Amino acid sequence: MPEYAVELKDVSKVFHSGSGGEEKVHAVKDINLIISAGEFFTLLGPSGCGKTTTLRLVAGFEVPSSGEVFIQNKAMSKIPPNLRPVNTVFQNYALFPHLNVEKNVAFGLAVKRVPKAERLQRTKEALGLVQLAEMGYRKPSQLSGGQQQRVALARALVNQPAVLLLDEPLGALDLKLRKAMQLELKQIQKQVGITFIYVTHDQEEALTMSDRIAVMSQGDILQVGDPVSLYERPATRFVADFIGESNFFTGMMKAIEKDIAQLEVGSEIVSVSCGIIKANIGDQVTFTVRPEKMMMTTNPAELDAIPGLEADVEEIVYIGTDTRYILRMSDKSTSVMRLQNTCIDDLRRYQKGDHVRVYWKTEDARIILD
Amino acid sequence: MRTKVKISTGHLYFLILALLLYAPIFLLVIFSFNNSTQLVFPLKGFTLEWYRQLIQNRELLEAVRTSVLLATGSSIVATFLGTLGAIAITRYDFKAKGIFTGIAAMPLVIPYIILGVSLLILYNTIDIKLSAMAAGAAHVVISLPYALLIVSSRLVGFPNNLEEAAMDLGTSYWGALLRVTLPICSPALVAAFLICFTLSFDEFAIASFLVGTQPTLPVYLYSQLRFPNRLPLVVTLAAILMVVSMVVMFLAEWMRRAGAANTSRR
Repeated sequence: MPEYAVELKDVSKVFHSGSGGEEKVHAVKDINLIISAGEFFTLLGPSGCGKTTTLRLVAGFEVPSSGEVFIQNKAMSKIPPNLRPVNTVFQNYALFPHLNVEKNVAFGLAVKRVPKAERLQRTKEALGLVQLAEMGYRKPSQLSGGQQQRVALARALVNQPAVLLLDEPLGALDLKLRKAMQLELKQIQKQVGITFIYVTHDQEEALTMSDRIAVMSQGDILQVGDPVSLYERPATRFVADFIGESNFFTGMMKAIEKDIAQLEVGSEIVSVSCGIIKANIGDQVTFTVRPEKMMMTTNPAELDAIPGLEADVEEIVYIGTDTRYILRMSDKSTSVMRLQNTCIDDLRRYQKGDHVRVYWKTEDARIILD
Repeated sequence: MRTKVKISTGHLYFLILALLLYAPIFLLVIFSFNNSTQLVFPLKGFTLEWYRQLIQNRELLEAVRTSVLLATGSSIVATFLGTLGAIAITRYDFKAKGIFTGIAAMPLVIPYIILGVSLLILYNTIDIKLSAMAAGAAHVVISLPYALLIVSSRLVGFPNNLEEAAMDLGTSYWGALLRVTLPICSPALVAAFLICFTLSFDEFAIASFLVGTQPTLPVYLYSQLRFPNRLPLVVTLAAILMVVSMVVMFLAEWMRRAGAANTSRR
């Protein structure tokens, strides 16, 4: 049996709220998850989806209502947080205000009675790793948010845990610093080779850093995969909508051949790929196309010839690198088409009010679970 | 060159208030050095006679000892229990939190004389002998809300997952309290102790009912008022009490603020 860093087996967590505990909140519902050693694994979802609860279950701050958490193949249900081979970087950093930076970082080693010489050495290395070697004697209150975040990271990493848990550690930083820290975190993770479990609601952050991502919603894990497969092959409407931007259309299944389906949308016939969804002829299905993968034409010769949908350009939004065209489809729903501004002429290609035909490559349109 | 000092209504108001508050205390201190048994102006002359008599008075020294022991003991217990209560109300969510806090803070609004009488009745009923110890238990009750409020105001100023962070780094729950919570609270603990101490040290109403044959300083002081020739002694003692109390209160507030400034976030 291979050794996993973390395995969750049918883990549920129910919180009782209300004055008499009569209200039950299912924060996590029977989730199963396997995280390999050395992975950068992200739990992604909107607030309240259960991602932080999942992290706290691994850390030991919450006990599962049912199911079992395994860390390095050992069942954790009877092991308190202080005896688990994991460390946490908290959202608010939770640095000890009465200790200086060096003592904060050395805290875990001091608790474990690591000899002083080794403690100093490892503390120094950890502070060097997060580029705070000179700040050892400052108090946390004298550091900026980004520096406090690095101290929190060093304080966790210095213990060489089997798994590092990070609960939205970059949430409080401004955009530029956050982007720099994303790359740095990823690099540090590669350097130390420790399994990271990272919680975030920021899909871009998740795509940037992760080896694999689990998308969560309302206590369920909807889809697990690497960034490319999640973005290119979302399984559900929620995943397609939460990661990046998506257009959704519904149509009736007319024919299926291998992976390609012919759908009737209004009076048009379009072809899309089936993905992993099983559907029968005659079923109503939803499919999605990313805005940047849509194409459109105003050429009268092509307007009727290409399989696709009719639309009117309702609004044009210039956003620097790209231009977004808000389209009014013939069934009155709106869609978005996104075009990169490779040269200044691109800006004049379509005008507000143009009647266009929207189309796509078959593999870029996918049927999803609604 | 002379700068004109402007006195606004606000200044005037403050001056009058301060005068009303502190002039009587100042008078006490002056009369404690006055060479006369009569507390009237004009002053007769400077003397340390009353202070000399005070430190030679065995009954009085015994009362001081009782008071110090009682105040120390009751404030240690009150600070300890108050800290536990503060941790409970700031770190945990439990059902009867509001009721708990209300009951713990109740002694703030109960008149001491009523508390004293009712405790006297209680002690008699369940057959507890009146003593300084019995009064000390009552002092724990009245000091507890102060300790609770001072320590919890300190605790709410810090992220409530510091204990979790410590446990995450390998300490047990009690280890986290010892290594993180208590050090953070230490200025508040000292402040709470000092305030409870002055409260108990100065308290008369409850003590007068419960001390039995072991008078505390305020109780002793009151008993001496019956003898006119000892009035200067009482005044001197009162002057000392006032000054010591003020110094201790000042220290407590200074500790609390120094602690707050030292570890405030950002």
